[in-house]
Amino acid sequence: MPTIIKLKNINKTYYSGAPLHVLKGIDLEIDRGELVSIMGASGSGKSTLLNILGILDNYDTGEYHLNDVLIKNLSETRAAYFRNKLIGFIFQSFNLISFKNAMENVALPLYYQKTGRKTRNKMALEYLDRLGLKEWAYHMPNELSGGQKQRVAIARALISKPQIILADEPTGALDSKTSAEVLDVLKKVNATGMTMIIVTHESGIANQTNKIIRLKDGVIEKIEDNSEHSFSHFDIQNIK
Amino acid sequence: MVSLLYEIWNTIRQNKMRTFLTGFAVAWGIFMLIVLLGSGNGLKHGFAANWGDRMVNVVQIWGGRTNIPYAGFQSGRWIGLDDNDLRFTSQEFPDEINATMGNINLGSKNISYGTEYLSSGLRGVEPDIMPVEGFKIAQGNGRFINGLDIREKRKVIVISQRAREILFKGKDEEAIGKNVNVAGTMYTVVGIYYMEDRQDITNSFIPLSTAKMVYGRGINLSNLAFTLSDKITDEKTNTDFMNRYKKRFAEEHQISPEDDNAIWYWNRFGNYVQITSVSGFIDIAVWIIGIFTLLSGIVGVSNIMLITVRERTREFGIRKSMGASPMSILKLVVLESIIITTIFGYIGLVCGVGITEFAAQFFEPTSGRDSFNAFLNPTVDIGVAVQATALLIMAGTLAGLFPALKAVKIKTIEAINDK
Repeated sequence: MPTIIKLKNINKTYYSGAPLHVLKGIDLEIDRGELVSIMGASGSGKSTLLNILGILDNYDTGEYHLNDVLIKNLSETRAAYFRNKLIGFIFQSFNLISFKNAMENVALPLYYQKTGRKTRNKMALEYLDRLGLKEWAYHMPNELSGGQKQRVAIARALISKPQIILADEPTGALDSKTSAEVLDVLKKVNATGMTMIIVTHESGIANQTNKIIRLKDGVIEKIEDNSEHSFSHFDIQNIK
Repeated sequence: MVSLLYEIWNTIRQNKMRTFLTGFAVAWGIFMLIVLLGSGNGLKHGFAANWGDRMVNVVQIWGGRTNIPYAGFQSGRWIGLDDNDLRFTSQEFPDEINATMGNINLGSKNISYGTEYLSSGLRGVEPDIMPVEGFKIAQGNGRFINGLDIREKRKVIVISQRAREILFKGKDEEAIGKNVNVAGTMYTVVGIYYMEDRQDITNSFIPLSTAKMVYGRGINLSNLAFTLSDKITDEKTNTDFMNRYKKRFAEEHQISPEDDNAIWYWNRFGNYVQITSVSGFIDIAVWIIGIFTLLSGIVGVSNIMLITVRERTREFGIRKSMGASPMSILKLVVLESIIITTIFGYIGLVCGVGITEFAAQFFEPTSGRDSFNAFLNPTVDIGVAVQATALLIMAGTLAGLFPALKAVKIKTIEAINDK
């Protein structure tokens, strides 16, 4: 499988108040079609890493190649373009726009690709149908359950046919039953060949991914192959 | 573009109350601007109507009785005007005076034609008086007194439209060329004049030279009038010239230069300059008040847009993560501001124009000798409406621009995490 994400010695320091060296030389390669989780305690730098992967934040030194494009010092406009073309986001708090119905929310990335309204609404309906939400297409976000909202968000992440999906604690706001459902959906999406990176602190979620990247204090502690899904639910290292 | 407008419509629909309140401020601002401008115009039109068709650069001179003993003369001496005054006035101020004309008031005379008659003021005049006093002669109604009439001392008369109606009542016959009897002397009617703002005027005019000959006033004039040249442009040049003229007049008649009772004059231009400057002042004041009223509306919009941007920070963050460029966010906010200001501004504009046009119906121009129009046609013209619209769009852009720039500046990741 060809590499889709290549990080070389990525460093990131925040300068609000005392300088905070958050990422201390991250080297990482992720292949196309992988299902990867990033784990780490809060403050380990996992959110920062995800933001850099999602071109939502800049890094100081190093190199980040996404789909063989060097992502470095991009203008806001250029960054927005790559986000639109290459990346689908799934957030913990869903981040649906409250005054748009499910269909319009799903269609939003296509709006920024200058797709006509009719076409993008039709495509949005197709994606909602795939996720079993066809009847809810004209409902507003506040009329949907948490699981439904996250499925709308997944449809929205998929509609622009991105190269990677970045999911930041996708089940963080859901109960265990819905969490399992949503994770199931994500695994199905991955099965179609979509590269997926899930940031989580729940070992149960991480265990369902094929590779677990453990971050600690801004460095990669270890990368575990989890293709057997044998990772213990009782995360001994975290307990220590 | 259609998509963008749809996006904006979506947010506006979402915040009906907020949009309405913001818009109301703008609508009220532009409404007040239009009403104020209309009122200002009403005052100006009122002033202008009082001038009618009369020329404004006219000075009229009368004699008086001296108050101060001078050069061996007692006070109380009557100073009359005569041909000598006409002469020095027309000859000695070539730079300041265009035309000089004498005038003899012959008082009220009976004018009759056949069995019809009326009592009419009769004046001996010179041709130049016609534009000065705003007399008009319609096509086919003959002519005014001319130079030949003066030179040949012709017995011709110009009567008013009203006088023609009375004298030639019920007769379809032509008045021009007919002889009328003016207190025993026959005159040939050569013209019928009218004044736009005084339809009831009946005064009749004969040549000045004829008046002197027939009525035995060889030397005395009732008054004289002259028109000022374009060298007299403002209050200062006007006052300077009048002082020089008065001095010369005092010399000629051997009266004290300080004697204000021996010469009377009415300087229409001086009044005109004053009123014009008042009009200009009204204009400026109205625009300033109006613009500030509008400005408070615009500041309102800008403020609301700032709050909106603050409220929508997270939404903008989400949009950016989905691929919205800074430019597209900027457009979203600025265009929303422009749409709100323009639509509501236009409503205010239409209401303002509506109310001024409605009010205009109640201020009919009045006419007659003592009529005075203080307020007339309080409306704005289309140019002002266009200017106001341009102003609105500009204001809307400005009102939206600063909040929009603020929205763009927030980092995407901070925007998404905004609570």
